[in-house]
This record gives sequence, C-alpha cells and structure tokens, in this order.
Amino acid sequence: MCGIVGIYLKNDDLNPELGQLLAAMLVEMSDRGPDSAGIALYRDPVPESSCKLTLHAAGHYQWGLLQTEMAAHLKADVSLNVLASHAVVVAAAPVDSVQNWLSSQHPELRIMSAGSAIEIYKEKGLPVEFVRDFKLHELNGSHALGHTRMATESAVTTEHSHPFSTGMDLCLVHNGSLSNHNWLRRMLRDEGVDIQTDNDSEVAAGYLMWRLREGDSLEEALNRALEDLDGFYTFAIGTKDGFAVLRDPIACKPAIMAETDDWVAMASEFRAIAQLPGAEHANIWEPSPATVYMWGH
Amino acid sequence: MTTFDLHVDSVRNLNQSLHDLSSGQISVNNPGGQHCIACGIDAELEVSIDGHVGYYCAGMNKTAHVTVGGNAGPGVAENIMSGSVRIKGNASQYAGASGHGGMLIIEGDASSRCGISMKGVDIVVAGSVGHMSAFMAQKGRLVICGDAADFLGDSIYEARIYVRGKVGELGADCVEKNMTTEHTAELTELLEASGVDAKADEFRRYGSARKLYNFNIDHADDY
Repeated sequence: MCGIVGIYLKNDDLNPELGQLLAAMLVEMSDRGPDSAGIALYRDPVPESSCKLTLHAAGHYQWGLLQTEMAAHLKADVSLNVLASHAVVVAAAPVDSVQNWLSSQHPELRIMSAGSAIEIYKEKGLPVEFVRDFKLHELNGSHALGHTRMATESAVTTEHSHPFSTGMDLCLVHNGSLSNHNWLRRMLRDEGVDIQTDNDSEVAAGYLMWRLREGDSLEEALNRALEDLDGFYTFAIGTKDGFAVLRDPIACKPAIMAETDDWVAMASEFRAIAQLPGAEHANIWEPSPATVYMWGH
Repeated sequence: MTTFDLHVDSVRNLNQSLHDLSSGQISVNNPGGQHCIACGIDAELEVSIDGHVGYYCAGMNKTAHVTVGGNAGPGVAENIMSGSVRIKGNASQYAGASGHGGMLIIEGDASSRCGISMKGVDIVVAGSVGHMSAFMAQKGRLVICGDAADFLGDSIYEARIYVRGKVGELGADCVEKNMTTEHTAELTELLEASGVDAKADEFRRYGSARKLYNFNIDHADDY
C-alpha cells in the first residue's frame, strides 16, 4: 500500500500556497505510507540555455565547494539552494554537460531530477517529518505530485523512495506492485536505460523513459505500458505542464480525482483531497481503468 | 437528534456511541472522507452523514438506516445484514460486498466489483456499475438502472441481476434470462422500496447458466 497525491493549480494566485496544500494532502496519506515520503514540484522554470537539477547527498555535504567547482569547470553561472539532504542546482549550461560532469567527478551524488522546472525531494521517514525537514509550507509552484510509501517489493531507503525521474521534467509515482519487473529491468538495461535499484516502480519509470526516448508521446508510452506492465498500479506522472494518471485494467488500487475552478487534484483517497479549499463542492470522480488522463496548460 | 462533528469527535467515539444507543436519529457532520464511519450498528437508528465518506462506511449494518449525503469510498455497506444504506452520490469499488441482507441504494454510479460475493442483500444502483460487478454473487438482487461494464456476473451463483442499460461482455457462466411476471413483480417491489424512479418492464434479467457448479471433464483442457 502507498499513498499518491497530486495537485495542479488552475488559479495562479494559489501558487504561493502550493507547498502548504501539498503538505496537508501528504500528511493525510501517512497511514498508507509511513516508510518514506517524496514530492516532485514544478516551479520557476529556467531559460532554455540553462538547466535545473536536484541532487541528493548521503550525510553532511560541502555544497558550497561543489558550486564553486562546478562554476569553474563549466565556465558558467551556477546557483545552488540547499534543502535538507538535497540541493537544487541551476546552471547556465547544457544539461548533458552538467550531468556528465557530475557523474564522472561526483559519483557520490545522486541526480534526483533534471529539467527546467522540476524539483524532486524524497526521504525515509514519516510524511510529517518530511514536511518539516523540507519546509514544504514555504514552497511555491504551479503543480506537484507527492508519494507516501509502504514498502512491499524492496528496501526502505531514499533511493527506493518515490518520485522517480523518467526524463527531462518528468517523474512517476506508483501505488501497487509489478510482477514482471525483473524481466523488464533486464530488457531495459539491455536497451541502455540506467536502472539503479531493485525497486519495481523504478522499472516503470525506466520503461517510460525508454519509450519517450524511442519517440513515443507520453500518451502513447502510457498506452503501451498497459500492454507491457504486468501487475497492479495507479500511476501519477508529473510533466512540465501538468500531470497524467493511469490505472491498470483491474483497478484494485484506488484513485480519486476532483476539480474546482481553482485546482485539479488526484489522490489515493478522498480524505487527502478533503484538505483542499472548496473540496466539499468539487466535481469528484473515479478515474476509469486502463484510461489515460492528462492535465496541462 | 444527536449531532456529531467529525472535525471535533473521533470516528471511534462516534461508532461507540452508535453501538450504545438503541434508537434515535443521529446526524454526522464533516465526515471528510474518513474510514469506517457508522460501522457495526445493531439498532433502530437513523443516521444521516452530511458529506463524503472513506472506506467501509456502514459496514456490517444491522437494522439501522444510514444515509450518506455525498460519495462513498471503497467497501460501503460491506457485509450488510439488514436495514438500509443509501448513498446520494457515487460509490467506489466493491459496494455491498458479501452483504447478507437489507438494501443498499446508490443514487449515482457504482464503481467496479459492486455486489461482489453478495449473499442476500438487495442493491439498487440508479446509475451505472463498473467491471466485475456481482462477481461470485450467491444470493440477493442487483438492480442496475444504467449500464454494466464488462464481466458482469462472472462465476455467479443464484443472485439475480436486472439491467436497464447496456451490458458489456458478460462474465463466465452469466447469461441473459427471461423476464417472467414473477420477475417484473419482484423488480417493481425493489424499485419502489428503493425510491428510484424506473419502470420494471424496461429491464433485462441476468443470472447463472449453472455450468460452473460442477467440474466438467470436457473443460479440462481449458484450465
């Protein structure tokens, strides 16, 4: 069992409150996932010539030194903002060069997300601790996904937590369990997709990354996933402009969606949506099995 | 009239109070999608819940009449024994699962697996139902005024299904059957009791072909 929450703001006036709204939804899903919590947040897109990465370090880290070293090597402006065990780096350089430099010079760092607007934060522990440590109430943004994990398939670590990056400005959160992930992982590694853990949800993220790389649109990739992924799932996929939702054809794993003039939200349970302003008068429905839902600007 | 506000009162406190009462009218405000609201009642109570409820609302209900003013999460009226549960909005998965008696009325739509393994409950859905409804249904009546998605009545025993709208692919061993005067009369009574406005002669009946009751050696290759 896990908890998924997602919110997309139609009313920009609410952008400063995004983190606060997300925090309330996330904490409400603690019963469904007390092992770890994570979010993907979309805000402050950087110019096309720049890129934004979220990095994670285990233990205390000299982020200031990294910033200086990166700026000198890339010969570019680099800004860095530390948030608990994570740091968001904005560099006026192509994303490939930053990623290559980081993986060759700083393999101790994990790249949680890359793109222009996405930021991913995730950590072991109760959602309420995550909300406190990552100061969620202070975070703004246009839309966000969140996940509370109750591990069933693999270990409880930060690396095994959700969301998983699936490419530039894309991420995935999952409630369920995949039964053919070992076979898929081997296939994806043969295709050159970097899968770092034995977690089944990371395989789903890797699958989407592979299909998008092969030229599928997100909608095509999700429809193909219905054929290739065996198991139970409710997925929420964050995109630069919004988010998508997909449930497997059996649809045992719950999902509920709601919309008002101000927002669109999805969650594993209504009680998470009940935290949002105006929820009692929202248009509420349950997404159909094997159907791709997408929201965006 | 006793009122509980679930912004202030706990669900456990509410349920304990409902178990302690023998009769009366109870109003519940601010349910906020919480789980197990009004579960396990065994008394002549009328409970009105103003809003949306989470999992397992009115489970194991006996004698009481519970009304939910909004939507219900998964497993509403699970194992209902008698009395009635009315959902003004939509119901999520496995509404009325394994219910033994009484009546569940859903004024909106029901999601997948509505009436799964029902054992005598009557369920009237004013809207449509999702896939695998009445799966392994043993006894009771499921009335669907809208459409039924695929695999209706899969592996059904002796429950009766009435559908007014379209039916997707039927489940294994579920077949359409004749509507006789007995069935029209039974359905008319159910519709009247539920307060759902529909005419019995617009429905078709589905039930078990009774071919899965015993192992058939001719089907050995199918397994």
